Amino acid sequence: MTSCPKQIVHYMHEYLDGEIENDAKEELKFHIETCEDCKRHYLELKKTIALVQSASHIAAPAGFTARVMALLPRETKKFGVERWLRNHPFFTAAALFLLLMGGGFFSMLEQADNHFAFTKNSELKVENETVIVPAGAVIEEDIVVKNGDIRIEGEVDGNVTVINGERYMAAAGSVTGEIEEIDRVFGRLWFEIKSLFK
Amino acid sequence: MDLMVQRRIKQVLKGDQNAFGEIVELYKDKVYQICFRMLWDRHEAEDAAQETFLKAFLNIHTYNQDKKFSTWLYRIATNLCIDKIRKKKPDYHLDAEIAGTDGLNMYSHLSSGDQLPEEEVESLEVQETIHQAILLLPEKYRSVIVLKYIEELPLQEIADILELPLGTVKTRVHRGREALRKHLRHL
Repeated sequence: MTSCPKQIVHYMHEYLDGEIENDAKEELKFHIETCEDCKRHYLELKKTIALVQSASHIAAPAGFTARVMALLPRETKKFGVERWLRNHPFFTAAALFLLLMGGGFFSMLEQADNHFAFTKNSELKVENETVIVPAGAVIEEDIVVKNGDIRIEGEVDGNVTVINGERYMAAAGSVTGEIEEIDRVFGRLWFEIKSLFK
Repeated sequence: MDLMVQRRIKQVLKGDQNAFGEIVELYKDKVYQICFRMLWDRHEAEDAAQETFLKAFLNIHTYNQDKKFSTWLYRIATNLCIDKIRKKKPDYHLDAEIAGTDGLNMYSHLSSGDQLPEEEVESLEVQETIHQAILLLPEKYRSVIVLKYIEELPLQEIADILELPLGTVKTRVHRGREALRKHLRHL
């Protein structure tokens, strides 16, 4: 191969990249057919490529996406509300309408809303404006608590909404549905409108 | 798919993390693969791949939406891996030497975690030799070879990812192929 033209190996690579000129291709073809060394060199390159390409493809380990998501900085609370508004344009329009047209409605809401209230369920216990889902109890409905707190020690098979209050979750407690804490006036108005239309 | 990705990116820019989760799902295998072939270690590859997505999320506002998203993402991944390779160069030489004498070290890397049936062992040894050959490449050749032959990307896209002139990428592919040939021709 020492006597071979220098460009031959270069042509081989151009050929492998699929970017060879026709003249060069002819020269390469002719040379390879007559030169054993260069032919071997070319075949070895072909084999190398085939071997590297045969390297088995591997997938990311299980749970990868969840671990990445856990690394991300926490989503701002503001965004949760924005996403809700964007995904429910009808409610957003209704809310604006009521906000502008129904000043009376707003004050009525204020009056009605200052006392402690919660969804009636025989399983629930109450202690100083705190609703308790007792350990071992399974409540099969949505729970709404207004102007008070909720402590979940048992199971709730539904959504939990806390308006103007705090939610405490015991280690053994669980909620199958969504948990929502609404504590801004606008958020509360929102919730009221939402339930009006239900 | 590109349109879908662009839409998800717009949602991420507005602060929607769920949309980013879908992007991760779409690209996790490709990114993990690049990292694994570059670093040849499952744990390091996962760390690098996670870091890639975290970096992508934090810098998503710097991504130019007129360009291909995968190019931008793979650039983050390859740069991270190249950094990691440079930082731990001495270890790698040690690793490669041990593997060269009895092949045990690298082999145990691969088999750790999953049990493999007997008949797969032979093809694994071939795989092992191939990986070792890739690993012995200097990182500038390794990155182009991984992108060209494992990710099967066109040369121009590789040039975009690595931010190198096309001619440089071609030269590196040529030299990388020659270097690999020296290690693999006897297989």
